[in-house]
Amino acid sequence: MTASVFFGCTFIAFGPAIALFLFTIARDPLRVIFLIAGAFFWLCSLLLSSLVWFITVQISNKESSSQQKGLLIFGVVLSVLLQETFRFGYYKLLKKANEGLLMLSAEETMPISIRQLAYVSGLGFGFMSGAFSMINILADSVGPGTIGIHGDSQHFFLSSAFMTMAIVLLHMFWGVVFFDSCEKQHWWSLAVVVISHLLVSCLTFQNPQYVGSLVPTYIIVFLVGLWAFFCAGGSLRNLKLCLTCKDKDFLLANHRPR
Amino acid sequence: MGLESSKWAIIFLVCWLYKNVSCNSVEQKIYVELNNTVPCVRLLNATHQIGCQSSISGDTGVIHVLESEADLEWPLSKGPNPPYMVLLESSLFTRSIMMKMKNESNRVAGVAVVVPNTSPPEFSPHTTCPNENTGVYSDNYGPNLAHCNTTVWNPLGNGLSYEEFDFPVFSLKEDNETEFIKQCYLDHNRAVNGSAPQYPLCAMQLFSHMHAVTNTPTCMRRNDINFSINPEMVCDPLGDYNVWGSIRPYNDTVLGHKENESVVIAAARLDSRAFFWEVSTGAEGSISGFVTLLAAAQALREVTHKAPPTRNILFAFFQGVSSFCLPKQVSLETFDYIGSSRMVYDMENGKFVIDLDNVHSILEIGQVAVHSGTNLFLHSDPVSRSNDTVNDEVENFVKNLQSSTAGLSFLLVEPNVSQPLPPSSLQRFLRAQPIPGIVLADHESAFNNRYYESFYDNAANLNLTYPSDLSPEEQLEFVTETAKSLTDVATVVARALYKQAGGDDSQVNTIKADPKIVTQMLYGFLVSSNNSWFQAVMAPELKNILKPSPPEYYVGVVMSSTPTRLVQYLLANLTGAATNLTQSQCQKPDELPNESRQMYSYLWVQGIVPPNSTQRDSFCVRASVRLTKAVSPAFELGEYASKDYSTWTESRWKFIKARIFLVASRDLEMLTLGVGVAVLFTSLLVTYFISTKADVLFSSTREPASAAY
Repeated sequence: MTASVFFGCTFIAFGPAIALFLFTIARDPLRVIFLIAGAFFWLCSLLLSSLVWFITVQISNKESSSQQKGLLIFGVVLSVLLQETFRFGYYKLLKKANEGLLMLSAEETMPISIRQLAYVSGLGFGFMSGAFSMINILADSVGPGTIGIHGDSQHFFLSSAFMTMAIVLLHMFWGVVFFDSCEKQHWWSLAVVVISHLLVSCLTFQNPQYVGSLVPTYIIVFLVGLWAFFCAGGSLRNLKLCLTCKDKDFLLANHRPR
Repeated sequence: MGLESSKWAIIFLVCWLYKNVSCNSVEQKIYVELNNTVPCVRLLNATHQIGCQSSISGDTGVIHVLESEADLEWPLSKGPNPPYMVLLESSLFTRSIMMKMKNESNRVAGVAVVVPNTSPPEFSPHTTCPNENTGVYSDNYGPNLAHCNTTVWNPLGNGLSYEEFDFPVFSLKEDNETEFIKQCYLDHNRAVNGSAPQYPLCAMQLFSHMHAVTNTPTCMRRNDINFSINPEMVCDPLGDYNVWGSIRPYNDTVLGHKENESVVIAAARLDSRAFFWEVSTGAEGSISGFVTLLAAAQALREVTHKAPPTRNILFAFFQGVSSFCLPKQVSLETFDYIGSSRMVYDMENGKFVIDLDNVHSILEIGQVAVHSGTNLFLHSDPVSRSNDTVNDEVENFVKNLQSSTAGLSFLLVEPNVSQPLPPSSLQRFLRAQPIPGIVLADHESAFNNRYYESFYDNAANLNLTYPSDLSPEEQLEFVTETAKSLTDVATVVARALYKQAGGDDSQVNTIKADPKIVTQMLYGFLVSSNNSWFQAVMAPELKNILKPSPPEYYVGVVMSSTPTRLVQYLLANLTGAATNLTQSQCQKPDELPNESRQMYSYLWVQGIVPPNSTQRDSFCVRASVRLTKAVSPAFELGEYASKDYSTWTESRWKFIKARIFLVASRDLEMLTLGVGVAVLFTSLLVTYFISTKADVLFSSTREPASAAY
């Protein structure tokens, strides 16, 4: 639409991601590396799933719209499954790498914990996923026109931005939960992650009823976020302590040698 | 081996994927590109710029379909969402409306004119007195006749072609795209009961940014600036080629005055123009003239071989040319006589095969859309006729012309008032030397043509109609009434030229123009240039310039436009001789004893397809037909501010396009930006809070023995 819409949508879609990157990742080079590696893994999964989808589309009957819709659903499901597979692959790779790093480094302790790796890799997945969802749309939002001349809804840009924000946050939360359940061998929570990913992706088939897809998605974001918070070591007690600013006493009382 | 083949398999797969990928992008949901648009571009001369200009990133405006002149209030003052893009029917494309919009141009983003398929009663965007400053009449020469003081030639002219607008003006055809635009306007932009229409509104964006500004000296100076390896040209001089041919050939290398040579020149103009660069054909304005002259040239072929006249006859076609970019049509003769002024300049400076002293008299065929029974008029210049010798010659010429109409249904009459010559190439010759000359036209005083230099001067203006059940090939052969009338005119012209050139009087009555050739030419120039006859006379490498529509003035690599090439090949075929040369001999005729490239031009033409075969019968035509450059002498001399010669140039541009889309209200856009900034700030705050308290927040599962898993 114009530059204001472009910046507005960019900030909405990538605001939390930028903030997280700035405050938690940018200072530590090791975290940056693992973030980018995570992004790359997501990219590979997308490449593979798009290859498969493209080939099936070329083979299929291009005229039949029900077949195309079916292919699209198939493509989405395949992509979600591949993304989660690559997440698992990345987890395996990180475990191996950590052992190797430990052997090489002089220090006793690991430079980066697996929980931090979970968070960083999830955020990497989120960044790349958000970029692919949003960049094309942002590029078209710079021009003077808005969607609607063929009768589509005007709110496409805004709802895409909100959806992208949700996806970025979700990938981060899924990363934490996924790695945690792999560590603890809780396979059922792994299945819940995959199912929730599938659910969110399939909710987008409701578009252009944007309310129907965004509201459930944000509910899922909240729920998965809570779960990730508990997986990462948070608890209600800690939260209350932080919010009522009694945390300094807590730290002093619980001071442990590192 | 396995690795090799898998590598090749991957490469092949990638290439196949690349070829097959297509985007269903967001852009297609926002913008609708308009493909059948024609812009108005900028032209410059020594002192002014005319035409239209858009800003470099296009001009966007809310569409408003104008219903009447009173409705102009809405875009110009009352409408709440300026700037507006005004969509006009061509009946509202008048001087007063355009001038009003020009004055309020901060509220007008651009104008789109819908050109209907039927012509309005009259429309001429040219001035009322065409070429008044570059003709022969001035304060020194017939001052009372200058500036149309006695006769206004084009009273219906509104001068729009010569105005400058600082917003883009495009023309649209009346087709599905225009219907879509009007529907978009009706759906979104109509004001309900006087209240402002609701966002989102339907808007249009026009891109036609012109690089040249101010005037020709400025843009030619800027052309010469060498800042980089690829210097940017900002404008191009208008120019093309004149076509000329003669009964007796001239040696191309011997230029300048020829002793004891006396030539009768028969001239016509080839060009025409419109406000928009479109299929402006100039049916009455120029096609009627040059088709007649071509037919006359063909009629003279036989008799000049059998009984050659004393004087030579030279047929000259002064071309208007287009510029070097998009298909467009520019009239050089309209633009201050570029073609004829260049020929006169060449003659004066010994750069042409003859010079002005060799010219005995000139006959110019002007607008001759004659209907059977109406008379034609012979215009001459009263100022040069004040000299007795010139007057005697002119009267002799008039007698020759009038006696040539014996047996035909019309007469040639001199106008009974003393009036100047109409705008014609003859005026440029008279500027140099008082030569006896006559202009043949269908109007006694003001033009009969109601669509002079406009896009409505088409086949319908000449009453060119075919019965409805004919195939294209049958239409090509069908002799229309218009063709019959023009054939008679061609016969008269041919006979008069023969007599004027001192030919044998007994042979005059054998001269007859061929109506079949005239009707084929009319079909080719006004309906479809891609017909079997034009295909047969053209060269094989040029056959792609013929299209199933009237010719566009398109300048390709060869730097000459379609009509120029068509006239060149037609004149060669109609006045030249078919030879037995092979194709390679045709390209190098000097190796043969009797052929000479200096005397003739040798053209390899496609020929017809014989009934039972698929191969064309191509052959070599030998004709004394040449092309000469028709660029204004001002550019040869470097006098870009010249008052004597035409200094018209055309601006260059990068791209021209138009598209429509919906625009959202400013409030919604600001709201989006506000929400974005709020989300960013909130997330920055929350993240800062969490990251500083991370130790506390995420501490409950930390074990003392190991720092992490």
